[in-house]
Amino acid sequence: MELVTPSIGLVFWTSIAFICLLILLRKFAWKPILGAIHEREQSIDEALNKAELAKQEMARLTSQNQDLMQQARAERDEILKEAKTLKDGILNEAKKQAQVEGAKLIEKAKIEIENQKKAALAEVKDQVSTLSLEIAERVLRTQLDDKTKQEALVANLLKDVELN
Amino acid sequence: MDCNQVFVSKVKRLIVVFTLLIAFLSIKIDTFAQVDSAVVPVDSVVAGSAEAVSGEHGAAKHGEEKFEPTKVIMEHIADSHMWHLWGHTSLPLPVILYTANGLEVFSSGNFHHGEHDYNGKYNNYRLEEDHIKVVGADGKIDEEASKSVLDFSITKNVAAMFVAIFVILVIFISVAASYRKRVGKAPKGLQSFVEPIIVFVRDDIAKPNIGHKYAKFMPYLLTTFFFILFNNLFGLIPIFPGGANVTGNIALTFVMALGTLIIVNINGNKYYWKHIFKPDVPFWLYPIMIPVELIGIISKPFALMVRLFANITAGHIIVLSLISLIFIFETLAIAPVSVAFVLFMDVLELLVAFLQAFIFTLLTALFIGMAVEEHH
Repeated sequence: MELVTPSIGLVFWTSIAFICLLILLRKFAWKPILGAIHEREQSIDEALNKAELAKQEMARLTSQNQDLMQQARAERDEILKEAKTLKDGILNEAKKQAQVEGAKLIEKAKIEIENQKKAALAEVKDQVSTLSLEIAERVLRTQLDDKTKQEALVANLLKDVELN
Repeated sequence: MDCNQVFVSKVKRLIVVFTLLIAFLSIKIDTFAQVDSAVVPVDSVVAGSAEAVSGEHGAAKHGEEKFEPTKVIMEHIADSHMWHLWGHTSLPLPVILYTANGLEVFSSGNFHHGEHDYNGKYNNYRLEEDHIKVVGADGKIDEEASKSVLDFSITKNVAAMFVAIFVILVIFISVAASYRKRVGKAPKGLQSFVEPIIVFVRDDIAKPNIGHKYAKFMPYLLTTFFFILFNNLFGLIPIFPGGANVTGNIALTFVMALGTLIIVNINGNKYYWKHIFKPDVPFWLYPIMIPVELIGIISKPFALMVRLFANITAGHIIVLSLISLIFIFETLAIAPVSVAFVLFMDVLELLVAFLQAFIFTLLTALFIGMAVEEHH
């Protein structure tokens, strides 16, 4: 039974020694060691988290860049399209205006030409009538030189009158 | 659904409890078997010691001592007032006696290996079977007076424990210093050897068993772990300053288990006490349940005490028995076999040294966890 009977001396010294060990280690070993391990783990965790965040930020930036690029491209396309429609509009307008202007000019020219033509025709008519009068005068003078001819003419004229 | 969860957890707990119970029982039966086999010869030795002592002088003169393995083994297992170094050289250790008249301090060298009595201030003392007895005026041992004298000597086990404590303090304070020196850097040297064990105790023993309140119990768990581990390892070293059977002494395991008992019950919350005094059973079962629970309070640390004591003592007994084979057969031819077996046992004991430190700490953490667990 001696083996399983705790002796008071050893119980006493073990209690004292263990309690002293516990207090000493707690103050001088476990606190700093556990604290340091905890701190290091936290810093590692933090670093990992930061890396993860940086990665996310990077991905975000990349996608943002892509977005921006796409946006810029779309904007450029938009601008180009707008410019094109503007150009087309201007061109069409110009064409239309030119046509209208041309038509107006042509109209004016036509009127002028008509006027000139009318004036010229009137003058021609005038001249033709004077000329024909003169020619008639001369013809009459030459034809009425003798008597017979005069009589023939009068007869002719009379014939006409009669017919009327 | 809620009830189902409760039921599942209860079933799980039942399974755990039964497994532990079976484990405890098997270990206890085992250890008692060992203890009994170890103890019975002691009694026979004690009974026959009178003849052995009286015959010893005659035998010693002839230079031929009869080899008694049980006596040798039990001497090595038991505590001693001297630290045997080699041959007939022993380191005398201080004897501290608390008598009715006051303290008495002297060196155990005064006993000259038990051959001489020592005349103290208050009484005369004799070392018999490594126990200090008071010698009466008639030159015979006065058993009455011997009982009233309390022995607080620095024995071999106490001294070996002090050595282990010294080594632990040196190692861990230096490790702590290197943590202070190398803040936030990777561990180096001794630090990198110790850190995984500390992290193991924290992450695999304390956290899963205690939960979020683990930090408060870390110093106790770590101290227990390393105290047991270092004493186990020192016990495996056959020469000075090792070789003492410190963790295989019931007094030390008693103190360790008592520590666990106190820590567990001081930190027990209302659920823990309700579980003991008002368990969830019909009230007519209380007369059975409450005593069972009260026994449970004691039996848990008791199992811790016996397990550690028996494992380490058994290991020492086996190693010493194997070595004794050489002297029993009185031939050197058996030595290679013995040494091979001892080597095997030593390696096994190395495992046991870690294992027992681990199990003691784990179960302590488990009991603490059961005491501080919050129920919903």
